[in-house]
Parts: sequence; C-alpha cells; structure tokens
Amino acid sequence: MARLVLVPRETATLLAPLQVAVLALVMTLLGGAVLFVIYGVSPLDGLHAVFVEPLLTRYGIGEVLLKMAPLLLIAQGLAIGFRAQVWNIGAEGQLILGAIAASVLAIRFDGTDSQLLLPAMVVAGMLAGMAWAAIAAWLRTQFNANEILVTFMLTSVALQLLYFLVTGPLKDPMGFNFPQSISFAPNAVFPIILEGTRANASLYIGLAVTLVAVVFVRYSFASYKLSVGGLAPGASFYAGFSSKRAIWVALLVSGGAAGLAGVGEVAGPLGQLQRNISPGYGYAGIIVAVLGGLNPIGILFASAIMALVYVGGDFALLSVGVPDAVTGILQGILLISYLACSLLLTMRLRLVREAPG
Amino acid sequence: MDVLIFMVSGTLAAATALIFAAMGELVAEKSGMLNLGIEGMMATGAAMGFVAATVSGSYTVGFIAAALLGCVLSLIFALLTLVFRANQTASGLAIGILGLGLSSAIGKKYESMTLPGVPDLPLGPLAQIPVIGPMFFQLDVMVYLSMLLIPVTWYVLNRTRLGLTIRAVGESPVNAHALGLRVLWIRAGCVAFGGAMAGIGGAYMSTAYTPLWAEGMIAGRGWIVVALTVFGTWMVPRVAFGAYLFGSISLLELSIQALGVNVPSQLMSALPYLVTIFMLALISRNTLFIRLNSPASLGATFRL
Repeated sequence: MARLVLVPRETATLLAPLQVAVLALVMTLLGGAVLFVIYGVSPLDGLHAVFVEPLLTRYGIGEVLLKMAPLLLIAQGLAIGFRAQVWNIGAEGQLILGAIAASVLAIRFDGTDSQLLLPAMVVAGMLAGMAWAAIAAWLRTQFNANEILVTFMLTSVALQLLYFLVTGPLKDPMGFNFPQSISFAPNAVFPIILEGTRANASLYIGLAVTLVAVVFVRYSFASYKLSVGGLAPGASFYAGFSSKRAIWVALLVSGGAAGLAGVGEVAGPLGQLQRNISPGYGYAGIIVAVLGGLNPIGILFASAIMALVYVGGDFALLSVGVPDAVTGILQGILLISYLACSLLLTMRLRLVREAPG
Repeated sequence: MDVLIFMVSGTLAAATALIFAAMGELVAEKSGMLNLGIEGMMATGAAMGFVAATVSGSYTVGFIAAALLGCVLSLIFALLTLVFRANQTASGLAIGILGLGLSSAIGKKYESMTLPGVPDLPLGPLAQIPVIGPMFFQLDVMVYLSMLLIPVTWYVLNRTRLGLTIRAVGESPVNAHALGLRVLWIRAGCVAFGGAMAGIGGAYMSTAYTPLWAEGMIAGRGWIVVALTVFGTWMVPRVAFGAYLFGSISLLELSIQALGVNVPSQLMSALPYLVTIFMLALISRNTLFIRLNSPASLGATFRL
C-alpha cells in the first residue's frame, strides 16, 4: 500500500513559492473556464479574451501597465505590514486621500507653469495617505482598536469626504454641476511612457518603491524586527522589539504607498478629481500582496497578473460578452486558490509505502 | 410622536439584518473562527435572495436560497482555514472579495429592479393599539424572528451542552481535541451557521428593508457586524444592544433631513462608520476586559 501524506518541509526552498503560485494560477484558469461555461461562452475563447488578448495589442499592454502601477504600489506597502501581521485593509481610503491632496494642489495652482507642481502633488499625496493611515495606527497603539476594522471604516469615511468635495468645494464651477473638478493642466499630469497608450510615469514610482522594498526587506534590521513580530510575537517581545513601532511603521508605509497610487490615478488616466477614482485597487492590492508571497519580487509579478485580470475582464466584456463581474470573481478565485495551495509552502506531499499486512 | 414611532419601528427594521449576521458571526467567533468575509456573504445573500424571490415569487424561497449560498461561501472559508490551514484573516478577506464579485454577477440582470417587499405580519388587534401598535406590531415576520434569535443564541451558547462544546473549542481547541471533541467539524458547523445567518441578513436588506437590488447596497454592514462582536465583548445581549444602536444611527440620517437641519448629507452617511471607530476605541481601550472576554483561540490556526 502506498499513500500520500503531508510532511513538514525541513528546509526553506525557493521552489516552493513558485510551485504554489503556478498551482494557484492553474486552479484559477480552471475556475475561470467553469465560469465561462456557466455564462455559455466557450472556455477557451473566454480565457483567451482575459489572459491573452490584452497582450496582443500595444493599447492592451499599455492598459495592463497602467493598472499595474497602483496595484504594485499598494501591494508593496501592504506587504510590509502583513509580514508583521498588521492588517491594513483600508488602502482604498488612503488612495482616496492621496488623490484628494494631490488634486487640491493641482486645482489651487492651476495656471502656474512651474515644473515643481507634479512633484509637490506626489509628496502631498503620499503625506495624505500616511496621515489617513496614521489615524488607525494611533487608535491601535493608544486605544487597542483593531486596525482591520478601523482602516475599513476610514475607507467609507474617505469615500464620503470625496463625494462632499467633488460636489462642493472642489467642484468645477464651469462643469455644469457634474461631480468632478476642473481638468488638470499638463504640468500637473504624469507624462505618458508608451506612445499611443495611457501608461504613465507613475509606474516608475511603483518600480522605484519595489527596489526600495527589496533592499528594505533583505538588508534592514527594521524589516527583520517586523517579520519576527509577525511570526513569533512572543520572541519579538522578549527581544524588546516595540510592537507599537511595528504598527506605526506598517501603517505609515502602506498608507504612504497607497496615497502615491491615488496621485497616479488623478494625475494619470483621470486628469481630474471625480467620484470614481479607483475600481477597487485598494482591495485588489491585498490580493496582490498575498499572491506575491509578501515578497517584493513576487509582488512585481503578481501585480502584472492582477492588472491583466482587470484589463482582461474589460476585454472579455467586449469580445465574448460576459459581464465585468467576472473580474471580481476571478480575483477571488485567484486568492482562494493561492491560500489553499500555500499549505505547500511549509508542507510537502510525500509518497509513503507501507509494508503489506 | 410621529418621529418617535418612526424611530422605534425604523430602528427595529434597520437592526434586523445586523442581528441575523451578528448572531451568526458571534457563534462562529465563539468557536474560534474569525470570519471577515461577512460583508461578501451578506452581499451575495442580498443578490441571491432578491433574485430567488423575484423568480419564484416567494420570499421564503428567497431567504432559503440566500442562507444556502451564504452557507456554501462560509464552507469555502472553513475549507481554507481548517483543512488547508490558511491564515484566517487573509481567507476571510478572500471570501469577502469573492462574495462581492459573486453578488454583482448574480444581480447583474436585476440591477435597480424592485419587489413589493416582505409584507407586515398581520397581528390584528395588537397593531391597532395607538402608538405601541405602529411602533412594535406593524413589522414583517423577519423582524420578530431576529428578535427571537437573540434569546435562542444566548440560551444555546450559555445553557446547553452544544454551547459548552462550542465555547470549549473556541477557548482551547487543543484541550477540546484531547477531550474527544471534533474540533474541525464543530468549527465548520459554527462557520456554516454564521454564513447562513449572514445570507439571511443580506436577503433581508434586499427583500424587506429596501426591497430592491443595487450593487454595493450592503455598504459596510458586514464590517459593522464584525465590529459589533467586539463592542459586545462576545456577549449576546451586548451584541444585540449594539445592533439596535446602529440601527438607530442609520435612521438618524433620514430623521435629521426630515427635521430640516442643514448638515452635508455625506457627513450623515459617514456617521455610522465614525461612530463605529469611536465605539471600537472606547471599548477596546480596556485591554484586560477584551482579553478576558474574547475567545482565547480566536483567529488562530488549529494544529495538532
């Protein structure tokens, strides 16, 4: 008799995370195929539309790069906190605050020809995202209020703040009462990096942040302390690592990164402040961070895949006529598959032969 | 007086969805399972309940379908966390995201359609009593069922062997296992109950409270439910009290408008979330109290 059993891995291997990611992708493709059958679409056509079609045209690639920028930024920030078991799920709200702060500058200084406007917007957006996340950090460290719940609630508040601003103080006075601001001047918008597409230079910020994250995670003592706090809170406490500082670092970093993503949206494809800034990047960023194994390089690939799912969902809507809800379901399946497979990160399957009788 | 009648009967109706979902989540958390996917389960329940009720013409069918789908989603959560031993926080978020996507897919063709709404229970003479009648006795059957669920949940958790078993598993799964209790099955059962209740709560929103389907109509209620278990420090009466408190806050928006007070509507819409944050900080600051009352193994993966 032979049977498969799970045994703990004795050594960490680079192969395991890769196995898990590939397995999760395969499961998602299978799940997607079932989904398309339910919608009465040939699964091959459907999967082709989602995962291949966007990559066939210059425009499609541009769209993938465009959506990759905010996902990359948000996920790199969130991963720092997730590693320390600090769960910021309010990146969406921090993104909104970043977008608002950048927009205030763009609107207030509309008409200047200073090239410093965009950099100032970037800084303001980052600080606003940090400030919004700081509320959660303060409430957690001072009052022990659960950061998961607080960051979510702050997102709902941020959304209402945005609605208030675009229908009131920041509304375009010549805009026929539409809930949106004036269009930003060219010096308040990121330059396009791929001609004929909408991909803009905010992707460079994402890549720079990735580089910083690689160095931070691999070489800094601060990151090591965060990891210990997440993996073994007892050991961390014994070593005298401050858990309060970990919460502050995690939330400020992730809030700042999400704020930057917000700047990238209003100073990018939108070119103005409006009611709908983000198609759920803040939540998708959570998936990207987990899917990337909380590893900066993994996150780089994960953000590309997730951006592909976003763009592919739009393409599938046009070419095979499935509703855009498919995007959300595919994202959910992707994360669930990954979590299911992640058992293989610490365990491995082994064939055990038992002596007969 | 009219305002008072509106506030009382409105609060009871507004709290109903929260009561269902919160009692379900409380039972799940008592067994040590922190299910953060409630928002997605309520949304899916709302879409499923609305569609099933519209297609079948029966509200009962709507609620059953919503409960079943909520159950299925929660069992995926159970599978991830219990069998695959995935992190409960991440798994809950994953189910939440899947649920939101699923709700939008299910409800797509029914967006902005309406239903007549679950009719009020005919309580005859009771409903005719002045003031008291319109306050308490002109509501639909689900409101009364949710009220019934509170003492039943309390009784089962605190006065039955089943409740003792659930609490034992939540406090110390290792010891419960040593006693021969089937930890994984008990936890899966509690999570399934929580999912079914979240589904019913969601369906109540779309078939009775505001009888229509609109994407995003759950609007954070699932998260308020999770917060309610903390406010209530995992005690049934307190959690129920919190649900009614939040029911009344969500009504405040309408009442203030009716009174003609000039406050930005967005501020009023943000109020439930601001109050949640405030209450959360207020209750949680007593760390010892929280630690004494929360199920000891809450959120921890069970390994032998």
